[in-house]
Amino acid sequence: MSQEPGLMTVLLAMFAGAIRVSTPFLFVSLGEMLTEKSGRINLGLEGTLVFGAMSGYAISYHTGSPWLGVLVAGICGAGFGALHGFLCKLPKVNDIAIGISLMLFGTGLAFFFGKAYIQPSAPRLPSISFGGWSDHPGIRQALEINPLFLLGIVLAIFLWWALKNTRYGLIIRTTGDSAPAALALGINVNKVRLLSTMAGGFFAGVGGSFLSLYYPGSWTEGLSSGQGLMAVALVIFARWHPIYCFWAALLFGAAGALGPALQSIGISRGYHFFNAAPYILTLIIMIASTSPRRSLKGAPGELSITK
Amino acid sequence: MSKLDFSRRTLLKSSAAGLTLLSGTGLSRLAHASDLTVGIVYVGPRDDFGWNQAHAVAAAALKEVPGVTVVEEENVPETIAVEKSMESMINLDGANMIFATSFGYYKPFVLDLAAKYPDVEFRHAAPLWTEGDPKNAGSYFGYLDQAHYIDGIAAGLSTTSNKLGFVAAKPIGTVLRNINSFLLGARKVNPDATVQVIFTGEWSMPVREAEAANALVDAGCDVLTCHVDGPKVVIETAESRGIKCCGHNASQAPLAPNGFITGAEYKWETIYKMFAADLAAGEPLPNFTGGGFDVDFVQNTPYGAGATEQAIAVADAAREEVKGGAPIFVGPIKKQDGSVLLAEGESFDNYEPALDQTDYLIEGVSGSIT
Repeated sequence: MSQEPGLMTVLLAMFAGAIRVSTPFLFVSLGEMLTEKSGRINLGLEGTLVFGAMSGYAISYHTGSPWLGVLVAGICGAGFGALHGFLCKLPKVNDIAIGISLMLFGTGLAFFFGKAYIQPSAPRLPSISFGGWSDHPGIRQALEINPLFLLGIVLAIFLWWALKNTRYGLIIRTTGDSAPAALALGINVNKVRLLSTMAGGFFAGVGGSFLSLYYPGSWTEGLSSGQGLMAVALVIFARWHPIYCFWAALLFGAAGALGPALQSIGISRGYHFFNAAPYILTLIIMIASTSPRRSLKGAPGELSITK
Repeated sequence: MSKLDFSRRTLLKSSAAGLTLLSGTGLSRLAHASDLTVGIVYVGPRDDFGWNQAHAVAAAALKEVPGVTVVEEENVPETIAVEKSMESMINLDGANMIFATSFGYYKPFVLDLAAKYPDVEFRHAAPLWTEGDPKNAGSYFGYLDQAHYIDGIAAGLSTTSNKLGFVAAKPIGTVLRNINSFLLGARKVNPDATVQVIFTGEWSMPVREAEAANALVDAGCDVLTCHVDGPKVVIETAESRGIKCCGHNASQAPLAPNGFITGAEYKWETIYKMFAADLAAGEPLPNFTGGGFDVDFVQNTPYGAGATEQAIAVADAAREEVKGGAPIFVGPIKKQDGSVLLAEGESFDNYEPALDQTDYLIEGVSGSIT
């Protein structure tokens, strides 16, 4: 290592951290974005994330195939999404309350079934090396990229394109902006929302499997530490825009790496402050970007928080 | 919610009153030493490859003792929740002895309950009991820094970059002491060794622990160890980055088949069985129990593939010396700020009370407490 690692080391660590840590944020926020675009909020994605992490790890352990684990985690997530979609369809049911109960339910269920999987070691997802061109070990390490991260980027671009340009995208947006208008067009509002929530749950489940199968790469009960909830906040911050979701996820990943990176180069005073960076960042951006005179730009009109 | 809380509290109060009445009439629960019920509260899952697992292994050994019933509750936060857990163990399960195994349980929760239930013995796993605290409360502790010192010796002989990494949870006395002892072990065999520490600020936060471990490897460390509740993530990250590691709390050897050197482990079993035997014999329990290698309260994990023959030989010899009372803190030692902790020729006994109050890192450790 060079003698003046300072800024470069921190920037490299933040870059590497952004790539390593952002994937679950990305998947959960894309899932939540899709659900909210259809007019519902699913706060249960934290529970879905944790359950996805547990089920993915368990399946990978039993079958030896981490990719099968990712798939099953997604399917479990879709199951939670279906439950949310079904319950919210019932009259006078509040989607936020259902979301919170599903968050606790998913976490609790994951802890219950996950007991047996804390000890064993499951096969993990492979990574692809993009750093072969560099002889700097830090850069090589940073460019060990998991395919799920790339898949997340593709998904973000696809969702952005599909919501804007396809018939299905239009149906989802119409449902989310005005249920009466969608009904007048002959759209089955509940079905659209059910499917959007299921798809959102699927993404969140996949995001969870990344936590247990790649980084940090094992199943423990404290694994998520609130990342699912932060990702939900991140959707508002990203203005319901898939591409912004990607940038926001990267930013949160980088901010999370800031604390340890600064300590590693010897700037260790006030590490509690730097560890809180992602949360402080959220607050600052939220405060800076809201205005009492207009509603949030891009917010679906049917959301219970903006109505 | 508040209604539920209220009724629960009244229930607890009335049952407590009932029990006081019982003991008042001579039916003291401690009279039946043969049916000793021990309640153990954990802050995390019992199989976390770390702190909680070390206690749970001991609890399992305690269950084997005839006449002892063990009730356990895991994932109890260091809040009023632990008071409720302990009260329900006392009132519903009839526990006459409570092991509160997490640092933050002591003040005020254990102290409050010890005053409220004078018949129940409370023991807390950190050296916090001081004169003036309730007599039915107490502390038990393994001086794990002795085992970390041995880890440091093995690590100091294993490093080529002379940079050792330490992922630490919170800058409290026991953690700082382990870091200092790890460095002293490394320095004993390798005067060029330094220890770089990163604090995560939480006992268990897997993603940040992984980030910290990666940051240390990127900074050039080639041996990692840690003091967090569940070292699983740190050890696995070290292994996947192709460097060596030393464990903490319980055995993590299976997690790092290539790079595991050895680890610092508690042996709570010794203490738990001792307490149970004392209670069964009707003898008063000590308020403060602590020890290291000499009384079999701590141990090192069997060596893994990362340990060289030289490291094994030197570390084993050093452990015998520590067992015989050879001091770890031998002058000259300076604190990070340059002030002298021990001058040339001075040393601390391994159980020197001043070490319990460690609030500094020593020279050779980089990283800041605040």
